[in-house]
Amino acid sequence: MTEAILQVRRLSKNFGGLAAVDDVSLDVEVGQLHAVIGPNGAGKTTLINMLSGDLSASAGSILFRGTEVARLEPERRSRLGVGRSYQKINIFPGFSALENCRLAAQSREPRPFNWLRSAMSYEAILTNARQALSAVGLANQADTGAATLSHGEQRQLEIAMSLATDPKLLLLDEPLAGMGTEESSHMIELVSGLAQTHAILLVEHDMDAVFRLAQVLTVMVNGKILASGSPEAIRANREVQIAYLGGADDSL
Amino acid sequence: METITLPRAALIVSVLLLAAFPLIAATFYVQLGAKILIMAIFALSLDLLVGHTGLVSLGHAAYFGLAAYVLALISPKYEAASFWFTLPVAMTAAAAAALIIGFLVVRTAGVYFIMATLAFAQMLYSLFHDTKLGGGSDGIYITVRPDLTIAGIKPLDLEDPVQFYYLALLSIIAVYALLNQVLHAPFGRALAGIKANESRMRSIGYPVFAYKLGAFVLAGALAGLAGYLAACQFGFVNPEILAWHQSGAVLMMVILGGIGKLHGAVLGAFTYVLLQEVLSAPTLLGTYAKHWQLALGSLIVLIVLALPHGLAAWIERAGGWHKRKHVSGAAQVSHD
Amino acid sequence: MFYLIQLLNGVQYGLLLFLLASGLTLIFGIMGVINLAHGSFYMVGAYLAYWLAKITGSLWLAIPLGILIALALGLVLEITIFSRLYKRDHLYQVLLTFGLILIFEELRSILFGDDVHGVAVPALLDYSVRLTDTLSYPVYRLFITAVCLLLAGAMYLMIHRTRLGMMIRAGSSNREMAASLGVNIRLLFALVFAFGTALAAFAGMIAAPISSVFPGMGNQILIICFVVVVIGGIGSINGAMIASLAIGFADTLGKVLAPEYSGVAIYLLMAAILLWRPQGLANKT
Repeated sequence: MTEAILQVRRLSKNFGGLAAVDDVSLDVEVGQLHAVIGPNGAGKTTLINMLSGDLSASAGSILFRGTEVARLEPERRSRLGVGRSYQKINIFPGFSALENCRLAAQSREPRPFNWLRSAMSYEAILTNARQALSAVGLANQADTGAATLSHGEQRQLEIAMSLATDPKLLLLDEPLAGMGTEESSHMIELVSGLAQTHAILLVEHDMDAVFRLAQVLTVMVNGKILASGSPEAIRANREVQIAYLGGADDSL
Repeated sequence: METITLPRAALIVSVLLLAAFPLIAATFYVQLGAKILIMAIFALSLDLLVGHTGLVSLGHAAYFGLAAYVLALISPKYEAASFWFTLPVAMTAAAAAALIIGFLVVRTAGVYFIMATLAFAQMLYSLFHDTKLGGGSDGIYITVRPDLTIAGIKPLDLEDPVQFYYLALLSIIAVYALLNQVLHAPFGRALAGIKANESRMRSIGYPVFAYKLGAFVLAGALAGLAGYLAACQFGFVNPEILAWHQSGAVLMMVILGGIGKLHGAVLGAFTYVLLQEVLSAPTLLGTYAKHWQLALGSLIVLIVLALPHGLAAWIERAGGWHKRKHVSGAAQVSHD
Repeated sequence: MFYLIQLLNGVQYGLLLFLLASGLTLIFGIMGVINLAHGSFYMVGAYLAYWLAKITGSLWLAIPLGILIALALGLVLEITIFSRLYKRDHLYQVLLTFGLILIFEELRSILFGDDVHGVAVPALLDYSVRLTDTLSYPVYRLFITAVCLLLAGAMYLMIHRTRLGMMIRAGSSNREMAASLGVNIRLLFALVFAFGTALAAFAGMIAAPISSVFPGMGNQILIICFVVVVIGGIGSINGAMIASLAIGFADTLGKVLAPEYSGVAIYLLMAAILLWRPQGLANKT
């Protein structure tokens, strides 16, 4: 068993007296898709925010490729290889799709304060950007303004931007939110392909997608982990059924 | 990429017109022209911050004034100082101040940034006004303009208004070219990204603080250049050069002209200085001319309420200029 | 006991600053408008005190009249200009209110000239109280301190204990929700703005006898108010109080230790706070 690229130990976040995330531990390995599910308010987005650095942790440790990152800013984690997509679309709407990815790829450029050459003359960066767009299927939309892309295409762009930074770990926060069936199946195929080569932590509400994609499932309720294991084990877990899957939800 | 600068033809024509100007204009207008060019450099430096990085500084006069004071303080009393020595010193002082103040204010965001930049500029004003450092509220005279002699030759004599004008013109061409280059380079694109969506820039790995600080220091250095030239021209420096009226005036130039377009800053400076001249001349408002700021203030209020995107955008629309796409195909959609 | 006098002055200065800064921070916190002309209202108050006291012969009459005028001015400005700024970028708010400063300054110059004017301390309060054998302290300054404390207390009570205060807090955190619950946001904002204006003017009025009435007085103190808001946090009355007093003390300390550099002391305090807590004192991370 290869060592997990992401090791979360006893991670917690307190807001005043409220524990939004309480003593959460989990692992993600390369080539594995680890899904985190749970009802609204379970703390899933707070968890992802702590992993990406958008929110500081109250306690606990986050080891990424052996390095403790829990106190690092988002930009440093990104440079170490953590990529993130957002639940609420977080792109540069005023730029073209290509420029969105080019900016992301440019972040890896070792000499940022270089004034001597035009940004467009860096062939390697442009190539990376185009590759990222192709990987998500947006190659023919390179010159389209990001604001005019469809909702699904914007979500794809979100992921393309993360890919352009050459991440080892992808934190995907509800990439299927607000998508129609066709767009969803494209996205699921995309994520499935990425799962072969990356480590992925996926937060999602779409149970179909989750059970198709995930090798490991973690169920969170009220900030704590209720259960964690293979999809079959989780499906069969009585507590999970009662707390989350049972009752009104009959998508199993 | 969207036009952040004029089409090349327009630029060349503008430069030629500006270069020809002293040949046909009276001395008073040549001096006014030089003043406008210097203010335009000041406005360009602020536009880098406001228009291209999204940092609204209300204390930019601090660096403008500091460089002016440095020139006044290191100039010998009755001789000409060396231009090639005093200019780098003045600009370095301005850049150093921008580095220190920037380090403190760039960590704030939004309105806090606006207020903190204003406050630090006011601190420098208090320093020069209340203490004997710079001659207090009386100020310092620069009796002889700096000397451009280098290796035995003197390319321009700054005591001659026409030659001083050409120095100002060369300076603004250099600054404009530099900023144009910077904005098209990776650094400038990153600034654009920071202005558009700062948190996303962080999450894709950019050390946003460092970029903002870099922009702040560059803007400060260029403001220092403008301040140096202003002190050269005027021959006198007093604390009002650091006052918040000065910071407000240059911000007005940038906003009026239309932020985010280099030529907008120039246009704004041009318009503002001309407005100032016209409104304060007795021919228009008679005895009320000394209250020209009333007309200026009213105009500003009206313009802000009526023209949400500044003069440059308004002229562009009225004139029907076309947007250009860069040859490599990375087209940036213009946003309103 | 020179220090005691300075300390009392520092507290009085800090409290007066609080009156001014609280209006600024409220308007900012609730309506999201940065108003550079807030200092102009302070100046308007001072000049109103001077003018009304001259024609009525009594500062006691001048103050209520002045407050009424200031309230009216605030309402008119809000309705005609500021209500259009709420949705605009801070950049344009800065620009427009800067234009307003120019207008106010020039109107002041046209109407009252550029000289410095004095306002007499009302006879009732025009004496000093003995502190020690050798030092006495002007009662009028104690009066200012007391009034500011009263107003601060009243503001705190209003915001935290009344329905109006609840509406204000609701309106600031979620405009649409509050509106849909029946709160008349338009009216609320107009009232808050008028109140902030009147508060600033009132501060100018009561300060006039000790600070004199002079051109540029509004701008000077406005920048200090900005420092208060940076240190105390936008929208926070508590923060404004702590910051105002801190600045009062810093200013006093500066005058005592290095009088020439005392003007800089306040900004050094701000620099120190920025190093330590860039988000302001009252805001929690």
